[in-house]
Amino acid sequence: MGYVGVKGGKDAILNAEKVVEYYRCRKGGASIDIEQIKNQMRFLVDKVMSEGSCYSTDLAAIALKQAEGDPMEAAYLVRAFRSTVPRIAYSLTTKSEEMFCLRRISPSFQHIPWGQVLGPSKDYSQRLIRFELADEKELSIDPPKKEDNSPLDEKVEKVIDYCRKQGLIDWPEKKPEQVPYDITRQPMVFPLDRSARLQRLTRGEDGAVLAFGYASLRGWGSVHPTLAEVRVGYLPVKIKHPYWGTEVTVGQVLVTEVESICSFEKKKIKIDGEEQERYTFSLGYGLIFGHNDHKAVAMSILDRALCSADPQSPVQDQEFVLYHIDNMESQGFISHLKLPHYVTFQSSLDRLRNIKAGKEKGSRKINKGEAYV
Amino acid sequence: MYNFALLDENTKREVRRALLKAIAIPGFQVPFASRELPIFYGWGTGGLQISLSVIGKNDILKIIDQGDDDSVNAVNLKRLIQATTGVQLTTDVFDATLIQTRHRIPEYSLDSKQVFVFQVPMPEPLRKVEHRETETLRMHAEKDYGKMYVKLYEDILHHGEITLAADYPVLVFDRHLMAPSPIPRWDIPKLNMAENLFLFGAGREKKIYAVPPYTKVEPLSFEDHPFSVERSGHLACVFCGSTSSYKNEIPSAGGEGQVYACSDSFYCQSQRS
Repeated sequence: MGYVGVKGGKDAILNAEKVVEYYRCRKGGASIDIEQIKNQMRFLVDKVMSEGSCYSTDLAAIALKQAEGDPMEAAYLVRAFRSTVPRIAYSLTTKSEEMFCLRRISPSFQHIPWGQVLGPSKDYSQRLIRFELADEKELSIDPPKKEDNSPLDEKVEKVIDYCRKQGLIDWPEKKPEQVPYDITRQPMVFPLDRSARLQRLTRGEDGAVLAFGYASLRGWGSVHPTLAEVRVGYLPVKIKHPYWGTEVTVGQVLVTEVESICSFEKKKIKIDGEEQERYTFSLGYGLIFGHNDHKAVAMSILDRALCSADPQSPVQDQEFVLYHIDNMESQGFISHLKLPHYVTFQSSLDRLRNIKAGKEKGSRKINKGEAYV
Repeated sequence: MYNFALLDENTKREVRRALLKAIAIPGFQVPFASRELPIFYGWGTGGLQISLSVIGKNDILKIIDQGDDDSVNAVNLKRLIQATTGVQLTTDVFDATLIQTRHRIPEYSLDSKQVFVFQVPMPEPLRKVEHRETETLRMHAEKDYGKMYVKLYEDILHHGEITLAADYPVLVFDRHLMAPSPIPRWDIPKLNMAENLFLFGAGREKKIYAVPPYTKVEPLSFEDHPFSVERSGHLACVFCGSTSSYKNEIPSAGGEGQVYACSDSFYCQSQRS
């Protein structure tokens, strides 16, 4: 009997590449236009931008095309590209009242200044398959008309600020403008500070963020919030001009923002040198690239859960959530199981056979060079 | 489009800084801001970031996976490094100046001019007994490795044998407990007082560590239960006949028996000629 060592690794992977390309193109016909992906697959594009942690609809659409619609693979392509691009600047703090809102609702109060605006929401649509879409040829539609005369470009007051004015929630601490903790340039060392945690959460895998958030809501983390506000809209991106030092707006990003009002806490604060007890609601925050309500809501739950000083459940544990929420890391490591493990498995076989031999034949030691069989 | 060795110079400098710290404290895991690369996390990105950060135009590169130069992932990593650096590739362990590996140390010993880079999946040896990083950090700081010894002791008690197979924990420089990466126990003695520099990169876990030349590396053991290597190393290779190299098992069709073959492809070739 002859044995041949498996060779030809290089040929095998080059051939696999050809087969992948064959599968992408095998049916012929028109290649999907990048504009079609951007315009008609917007949730998919948003998901890739969010998990790819890079705001570019063009890059996301090309990546989706290359990945044949696999959002995880596409997000990976985007991340691998972005990590080769140098940092030019960090954006300045933007207040989210400046958002140009497409959608803004508040489940906390029925009547809010500027009102509830559903915008492009599928929340109340009926999930019935529209079979006529199978035969749709051309897209053409008139934009919905705005019926009142209210101005469009006004700043929309935030529900959370009303609660703050009422003393129900603390105002955030005022801090001078600073360079943020950048998780792509600084090592992760636990406990992570909040800005780093928010970065890990916002680029977390959609399903993982949702599942961890859901677990918390069900009682594995004791956060069951009332949403102060859900917003979808455009936020300006501002940087400091490198020469003139002035504030310049360099673009805008579509984001989903959620503020969650969570359980109230007793805080000890000093007023005029005297220690006083005060009750306020705690706050959870979610902000992600693109339009994705559920991910932003789940992120706000996790933000709050991870603020716990004394974690009682896995979703309050920074290491548990933040180490396992990233698509690139989880997907990569799960997939690595497909790599050869001949050497390590042989080592495990050795241990198991030795234990079996020991149990069966007393504590007989197998000698050097002696097989187990 | 891409820089020499893919990574931008600032990233390479950051990795090299972490390496210097790692070499200064043998076996200590230095956190670094690991980058996303064009290959998956978990597929050698830690080793790759080290190789890309230390490689120069005159380096001669060898990459092995399971000891094999021609294994699919080794080939893929070589493709990427060569495409972005143009360095010379080799399978000859004596010619190579930079060697990257997954799961093996070559059978022939390395010398002081060679740099050896490991791909590491789980850099924390204590993860087997403690899942929290904040806690393992404390344990390392206090050299509190009792839990690991208890695990080994309980293994012997319950099974008559330690169950940890590959990636067997070692004590480096009498100070830090270290995961040698999933090399078989057969390779562990090669880490001790070696002439060459060993670098370890864990991309997904974002850690770098090192064993400098002539450093004491000792596998954990008990006086009455000494460290032992896999027996397949002493069985004869079906190709070259060597009885002193780590072997993989080749099952026969029908599942009735097996033969053994060297996992180090260069070693096996050179024994045959």
